[in-house]
Amino acid sequence: MKRIILAVLALGLPGIAGADALTGQTVQQATNWTAIAMFAAFAAFTLAITRWAARRTRTASDFYTAGGGITGFQNGLAIAGDFMSAASFLGISAQIFKDGYDGLIYSIGFLVGWPIILFLMAERVRNLGRYTFADVASFRFAQTPVRCFAAVSTLVVVLFYLIAQMVGAGQLIKLLFGLRYEYAVVIVGVLMTLYVLFGGMTATTWVQIIKAVLLLGSATFMAVMVLARYGFSPEAMFADAVAVKTMLAARAGDSVSVAAEAGRSIMGPGNFIKDPVSALSFGMALMFGTAGLPHILMRFFTVPDAGAARTSVLWATGWIGYFYLLTFIIGFGAIVMVATDRQYLDGAGALIGGGNMAAIHLAHAVGGNLFLGFISAVAFATILAVVAGLTLSGASAVSHDLYATVFRKGQADSAAELRVSRRTVLVLAVAAIALGILFEKQNVAFMVSLAFAVAASGNFPVLLLSLLWRGATTRGLVAGGCLGLGLALVLTILSPAVWVAVLGHADPIFPYSSPAIFSMPLAFLTIWLVSITDRSARGVVDRSGYEAQRVRAETGIGADQASSH
Amino acid sequence: MGETDRAARIAADPRYGALLQRRGRFTLALTAVMLAAYFGFILLVAFDKTLLARPIHPGGVTSLGIVLGFSLILLAIALTGIYVYRANRDFDAAVAALVRDHQA
Repeated sequence: MKRIILAVLALGLPGIAGADALTGQTVQQATNWTAIAMFAAFAAFTLAITRWAARRTRTASDFYTAGGGITGFQNGLAIAGDFMSAASFLGISAQIFKDGYDGLIYSIGFLVGWPIILFLMAERVRNLGRYTFADVASFRFAQTPVRCFAAVSTLVVVLFYLIAQMVGAGQLIKLLFGLRYEYAVVIVGVLMTLYVLFGGMTATTWVQIIKAVLLLGSATFMAVMVLARYGFSPEAMFADAVAVKTMLAARAGDSVSVAAEAGRSIMGPGNFIKDPVSALSFGMALMFGTAGLPHILMRFFTVPDAGAARTSVLWATGWIGYFYLLTFIIGFGAIVMVATDRQYLDGAGALIGGGNMAAIHLAHAVGGNLFLGFISAVAFATILAVVAGLTLSGASAVSHDLYATVFRKGQADSAAELRVSRRTVLVLAVAAIALGILFEKQNVAFMVSLAFAVAASGNFPVLLLSLLWRGATTRGLVAGGCLGLGLALVLTILSPAVWVAVLGHADPIFPYSSPAIFSMPLAFLTIWLVSITDRSARGVVDRSGYEAQRVRAETGIGADQASSH
Repeated sequence: MGETDRAARIAADPRYGALLQRRGRFTLALTAVMLAAYFGFILLVAFDKTLLARPIHPGGVTSLGIVLGFSLILLAIALTGIYVYRANRDFDAAVAALVRDHQA
């Protein structure tokens, strides 16, 4: 395993030794005590919160939803904390660092799902559900099949997303502490397990809130420091970035006109999205996938009513949108301040620590050692907050949907359900660690888009039609959901990201970067077709339950009891 | 039995139908604006990269794509704000009246 020397960065020495460290055997690094101290402070503080939360976590309701006592503002921040992942911060700023404009396409896709969640889903989900989105999707349908689908789909999404976070964590801590990648992944797994296992949703929520505040604060600081160099003129910053890219291309041996072309290319869409089908498909996956993420939908059950759910989305959208504006500036800031500075580059001109480290190096460039330590601790916290939310969501799918509802037919007591939840947390942690190590070399932002494709093709069509279409039946939802999910998975495996990059084949069988344009319409079409041809007795019950479901979804009548635990 | 009966009484209330229609139209319009803006942008990315890469000022570098992208982010925030504003003032009052007038 290669080791990275942070001391070299910290002392501002030329990057020659860094190049050596990347390719050669381990060089003993002087550890960055600032970063470790700040992270230790964060860990200690959040573990203290976990202890406090553990005393308040007695029932299944406390564990899954913090007893429904989170305010709209708090939940908005927690959603932002849940959603602004390491992939957003490190992956998108790294992509902007590399290709410029393309990263913004990602950011926008991640944001535009939020208004859709608000207009079509948030309040209805809060009024109908209790712990998991499957509560909502199965409200008027046969419990066993719909819950089974929802649980499997949740676990698939959670695992994809977890892999991305774990890879980010491993790379980050590898750079920061000079630890082996595998050790870093294990540390994240253990801390996340402690939060979720003992503190449940209360601890998870507060970890997410603290992380959101820290991340938004430090991203603001970085963006302001970058812009301040240019008298707060974005135009001047962009011009400098184009000049830097032109210079780098020329240095790499391009002719003057080719180099100028390369420099200007960062101002517009580039090669990241090659063909129109990929562009549309990718856009659909990001937008509708957001609306099908189980760990995000779960956050709506932590607030007391639909009004608070609505307020949460407004705050969340505002914070997340603001964060992506900052990320764009940070990515360009890295071009102008990191790409030309030899202390951040190895002998071949690549970033020390790998492509995803652009934002981390920029932190050192704008705030020195102290801020590098701080941002590293924040990035670590970011990963922990997201993986905690994901794990809790995966555990609730197993314990609430599969164990309590399907296996015990709703007869399980709260204590037994909690026990299953906690065991699942342990299993998920082990799986996350193993998969994190397996997927070490993947681009983390891209891994997240895979999770979105699955969420957009499985959860989203099922949830939307169960909420809004009277004619939907159990048979239709399960058939459509399974086909959408299955096709998204299969096409993902056959796509360049897995078939070529992971499995080592020469050419992808499925050439596009996202399957959503095929798998999502297939899910909708199947649900519709199977539902309208469903002549079963169950189908009659399903359709006749719509009116009562709609009254509750629209007015919240009957939903009060759900949060009164 | 109270709950089912109550739901049926609310469903039969003309004000409930009016609320659904009002809210449905409003959310449909907002959803359509968001979808059109976003997929319009994605189609531009797919079919006219040169337009997006064009500077907004001759001789400058800031591109139309950056301006459109930032506008899209602000639009998403603005649309959620518009919905929350109207829901807090109009829809909540209508729901409260229905719930009050149809006690279980």
